[in-house]
Amino acid sequence: MSEQSSSFDLDSIANLARLELGETEKDSLRIDMEKIVAYVNVLSELDVEGVEPMAHAAALTNVVRNDRADASFPREAFISNAPETIDDELIKVPKVIDVGV
Amino acid sequence: MEKYDVVIGLEVHVKVRTESKMFCSCANLYGAEPNTLVCPVCMGYPGVLPVPNKEAIRKTVLAGLMTSCDISKFSKFDRKSYFSPDMPKNYQISQYDLPFCLAGNILISGKRFSDREPLPEKSIGITRIHLEEDVAKSTHFPKSSGIDFNRAGGPLMEIVSEPDMTSADEAYAYLTVLKRIMRYADISNCDMEKGELRCDVNISLKPAGRKEFGTKIELKNLNSFRSIHRAIDHEIARQAAELDAGAPLSQETRGWNDDKGSTYLMRVKETESDYRYFPEPDLTPITFSDEEIDAIRAEMPETPDAKKQRFIENFGLTPYDSEVLTNEKAVADYFEKAATKSSNPKQIANWIISELLRELANSANEISECPVPPANLAELAELINKGTISGKIAKQVFTEMFQNGGSPAAIIEAKGLLQVSDSSAIESLVDQAITENQAQVEQYRTGNQKVLQYFVGQVMKLSKGKANPQMVVAMLKEKL
Repeated sequence: MSEQSSSFDLDSIANLARLELGETEKDSLRIDMEKIVAYVNVLSELDVEGVEPMAHAAALTNVVRNDRADASFPREAFISNAPETIDDELIKVPKVIDVGV
Repeated sequence: MEKYDVVIGLEVHVKVRTESKMFCSCANLYGAEPNTLVCPVCMGYPGVLPVPNKEAIRKTVLAGLMTSCDISKFSKFDRKSYFSPDMPKNYQISQYDLPFCLAGNILISGKRFSDREPLPEKSIGITRIHLEEDVAKSTHFPKSSGIDFNRAGGPLMEIVSEPDMTSADEAYAYLTVLKRIMRYADISNCDMEKGELRCDVNISLKPAGRKEFGTKIELKNLNSFRSIHRAIDHEIARQAAELDAGAPLSQETRGWNDDKGSTYLMRVKETESDYRYFPEPDLTPITFSDEEIDAIRAEMPETPDAKKQRFIENFGLTPYDSEVLTNEKAVADYFEKAATKSSNPKQIANWIISELLRELANSANEISECPVPPANLAELAELINKGTISGKIAKQVFTEMFQNGGSPAAIIEAKGLLQVSDSSAIESLVDQAITENQAQVEQYRTGNQKVLQYFVGQVMKLSKGKANPQMVVAMLKEKL
C-alpha cells in the first residue's frame, strides 16, 4: 500500500486547507490518511460497468422554490456574532488583498 | 504582419434579475443598507439548507437559448472550495462539469470602439453558461476590510467565451452585444456600476502563426467597457515587450489600475484542481424535458440581430440606422409602433435618430419616459408629407411636444403654424422680398444662381417659416 499512499501530497493538501502542520502532526496524519485512502479504495473493486454515474445519493431531482422574497434577519441579530464591526454595519476582517498597489 | 497573434477570451458574470436570492428568500436588491438583506443561508452558516430559485434557473436557460447554446437536460450544482471572507462557508455553490448551457455563439458587428471604423462581422463562441451564487462585497480600508453580505447569495451567471477574440475592439463589441441580449430578454440590466455585469479577461500572445497558445494571463478589477478596452491594449503591449526581451511569462492574475493605466500582479493563478470541485450534496440535480425547454424557447424575445435584419427588410432602413434603433429594445419598440402608423418608416427612423434620441439624451430621460408617444411622432411626419407644415416648423412642433406634451395638430392650431400653401399669399411675400433686395436681384440676373437660396431664406423669414418651400422656390424662379 505504500506506493498508493504516496499518491497524495500532504503538504499541498494542508496548504489548500490553510493548515500549518508540525512534523509530528504530519507523520500521524499521513498514517491516518493512508488508511482512509485504502478504505475508500475498496470501492474500486466494484464492477460499475454500464452503471450511470450518480450526481446525488438521493433519487430526487428539481427540488426548487418559487422566486418570492421574504423578510431577512435583523442586522443586530447576526452582527452581535461578529467579533468586530465597522460602524455596526460591516463585518470587520483583516485586510484581504493589497488593492491598487 | 504583426509579430504576435493575440488570443482573448472573456469570463463575464451577469447578475440575474430576480425578486429573491439564489438559494434563500432574502431580496435580491441593490442599494439597501449594508447587511440588511441577509439570513443564515446567504451568510454561509453551517447546517443551513439552500433551495434553488426556479426563476434564476429559467432565466439562465433563456440566456443560453438567446446565445444559441445547447441546454443540458441534466445539470447539477457543485461546491468550489476557496478561502475568502466574502464566502465564510469556504466554498461557493457553482456548476462544474454539468452546467445549464453549453456551446453557443453570438455575432459581433457594428463599429470599432477605437476609431469608429466598421468592425467585420464575426461569430464568437460561448463555451458555457453556468449559474452560481454571488459572494459578499468587500470594502478595503488601510488596515482592515469590511464585508457587506447583501450581495452574497444573489443569482450570478458566468458566461465563458471561447478564446475567439483577437483585439480590444472585438472584446468591446462582444460585451456590447452580450449586454444587449441580456437586456432584451430582461435577464439582467447589466449595469456595471451596480456590479450587475463584471468581466475578467484572459489574454495571451503567441508568435504569429503558431498553433499552441502562449501563457494565459487573467485581468481583473475592470470597471467599465472602456477600461476593459484600455487594459487589453496595455496588456498586449506589455506582454509583447516581455516576449521581445525573452522574458518567460508566468500564468498569473493581474489587476487593472485605471488611474495609472497599467496592470499589476495580484497573484499567481491557482490551478483548477486547487478548487477541489465536488457535487453539492445539499442540492438535487436539475432536469429538463424537451417540452420544458420548448416552453422557455416560446417565451424568447426576438434577438437584437433578428430585429435588426427585419427592420432592414420590412422598413427599408440602412444597416447603420437599424443598428442604432435596435441597440435598446425600448427604442426599437418605439420605432416599430411609429413606423407601422407611417407611410415613410425611413423618415420616422431619421426623426428618432436625429431628434428624439438627442432630446432624450439632453433631458437624461429613458425612452420609456418619453413625453411624445409613437403615434404623435407618426402624425407629425404625416403632416410634413401632406404639406401641412414644413420640416423646419415640424422641428419646432416636436420640441414643443417633447417639452409640454400635446398632439401635433393641437400645437399647430394653437400656435398658428399651419404651412402657407396659398399662392396669392406666397406671391405677395415673394414680391416683397424682391422689392426689398434689389442688389441681390441684379446679382441673380447677371448669372449668380446661388442668390436664389438667399431669396428663399428671405421669404421663409417673412412667412415666419410657414411658407411652403417648394412653392416659394418655384415662384421665385418665375419672378426673378
